[in-house]
Amino acid sequence: MAQQAQTAATASGSADNVMVHAGRVTKTFGQGAGKITALDAVSVDIRKNEFFTLLGPSGCGKTTLLRLIAGFDLPDAGQILLDGQEIGHLPPYKRPVNTVFQSYALFPHMSVARNIGFGLEMQGRPKAEVKEAIDRMLALVQMEHLADRRTDQLSGGQQQRVALARALAPRPKVLLLDEPLSALDLKLRKEMQIELKRLQGETGITFVFVTHDQEEALTMSDRIAVMQSGAILQVGAPKEIYNNPARRFVADFIGDINILDADLCDNGAHVILPSGTKIGATLSEGAAREGRISVAIRPENMGLTTPDAPGAALKGRVTNIVYFGAGHNVHVALDGGGEVLVRRAQTDAQIGAEVGLTVPDTVQVLVD
Amino acid sequence: MADLTADTGSTADRLAEARRQTEGAARHRRWQLLAPALITIGIFGLFPLTITLLYSFLSPGTYGGITWEFSTNAYVQFLFERDIFDDTLQFSSTYLSIYGRSIGLAFGATVGALIIGFPTAYFIASKPLEQRNLWLFLITVPFWVNLLVRTYAILLIIRDEGMINLSLMGLGITDKPIGMLYTDYAVFAGLIYSYLPFMVLPLYASMEKLDFRLVEAAYDLYASRFQVLRHVIIPMAKPGIVAGCILVFIPGLGAYITPELLGGGKELMIGNLIALQFSGSRNWPFGSAAALILMVVVMVSLIVYVRYSGKEGNGHG
Repeated sequence: MAQQAQTAATASGSADNVMVHAGRVTKTFGQGAGKITALDAVSVDIRKNEFFTLLGPSGCGKTTLLRLIAGFDLPDAGQILLDGQEIGHLPPYKRPVNTVFQSYALFPHMSVARNIGFGLEMQGRPKAEVKEAIDRMLALVQMEHLADRRTDQLSGGQQQRVALARALAPRPKVLLLDEPLSALDLKLRKEMQIELKRLQGETGITFVFVTHDQEEALTMSDRIAVMQSGAILQVGAPKEIYNNPARRFVADFIGDINILDADLCDNGAHVILPSGTKIGATLSEGAAREGRISVAIRPENMGLTTPDAPGAALKGRVTNIVYFGAGHNVHVALDGGGEVLVRRAQTDAQIGAEVGLTVPDTVQVLVD
Repeated sequence: MADLTADTGSTADRLAEARRQTEGAARHRRWQLLAPALITIGIFGLFPLTITLLYSFLSPGTYGGITWEFSTNAYVQFLFERDIFDDTLQFSSTYLSIYGRSIGLAFGATVGALIIGFPTAYFIASKPLEQRNLWLFLITVPFWVNLLVRTYAILLIIRDEGMINLSLMGLGITDKPIGMLYTDYAVFAGLIYSYLPFMVLPLYASMEKLDFRLVEAAYDLYASRFQVLRHVIIPMAKPGIVAGCILVFIPGLGAYITPELLGGGKELMIGNLIALQFSGSRNWPFGSAAALILMVVVMVSLIVYVRYSGKEGNGHG
């Protein structure tokens, strides 16, 4: 055990700072032809006191990884360390980890207060301590006036708060959140996003949040792991993930993006766009340094100009302009084929007009 | 604008009037539809009950039946014995003890059926949907065979020359048969066997609706397996437990065939006592009184039970 922890420490560099370590965790479901690999040798380190998000489309393995940390499923291979302790094979009730479920899973036969106190009660804590914790939690989620209500008499947002309070009450080392906001309407969801962030700051507990909503992930997370088909593609801060997506999938999944063909030159320092314009390139680790590749440019990083302006790296014709409140989406068909999206707060472009497009000085090179 | 308001007002009035008419017609039709059911209940439910009540306050005829003479003897007889010589009443617990025994046996059978039925229902409810119907089918199969025949089958198995005793002696475990038939244990086992499906089916119905995510949530919140059972599964299955216990206890209390065949008629249960009054003892009023007393006992215990379990539920909620 100690040696495993040691290995994990070496692998992650700074063990003191790591709350959850997953080392080559594999999980398969089903047998024979119907066998599905939900997680394929996934490794990740989640730091202490961090708001960490697992982001990906449904079926990417994010919920499976969460369930393995919670203990509802056991890994087929690999190890899971919590604060340096191997927990991979402990049952859920022996792990200092609590979960906020997508369905909330509040106990319908108990009051709000009893739901919140359930974890502490099961741990056999003294009554006074349970009572005190319930009061503290009710205050934390601003639900004092509803302590004696039945949970089925609460609105969606209130149930959400009770579920949070119930999971936080036993002071877990890690709080797991399985798409907890997906059942709420947009306005409430935005409120809860801020609320969650506040709770994480006030309690100092490590949050592991699962979502398929990229905007939610960008808003709340300290770091994001983007997952696809049972693998983690990229881990990084929201800005890093957004501005420097390493993989085509990551770029595509998060926000709108224009992906253009280009050729690497100068040993990977620059790329040449089909129009002949040469711009700087950002390469991710281990990427090829020459040949035909794809580059990613965010719509808001492109500008519109006249076709013969000196800065026009690409030329095309405006096919559509869509107003969305905060700005305009200008769709441009490129002369060499393909279409790009340009996002501008103000535009005087006309549909059918020939335009030139400006691009940033450096662009992110994608790995497939 | 004012015209418009007046207009809408009168439209609303007409609408309300039309709605009243429709509702009146609907109520009328509802009674017509209910009539067959009400008449059936009246003839086959209330009428016999009235006769029973009436007979219990009359005097027995010499060769069975009744004579039209008011008497409370049937109820007096239940608690007291009349001295043959001086007609004084002496308290007698004969019939009370039969009721006590019956209640004890029925209660024991209910608890036994619950202990066996609960895991069975949980097992079925946790099976994949396609398999559940097969299991439910297997639970109900014994219903298709007449209870009398099934009870005889048990009799054949547990009698002195039955399968169990022959096997035990054949294996040399015992040298003479163990007397199982005609004991309270035989009646007890027979009652559990007869009424087990009545326990399993309502339990299954409430467990099928159990949200297993709640079980996961409880595990997550440090509840051990036993605590999950106690604090989540049992409270959620409570409606099924209440219904199952009622469905086993009541018919168990009035059981006739099982104690008659497996108890050998040595020690009576209420059902046998009542049957005896209408045959051998030829005391119809006392039979009627015994039946009514049983009914009152059942109703009172039911009210107490439901109220108690209801209170328990509120305490949790």
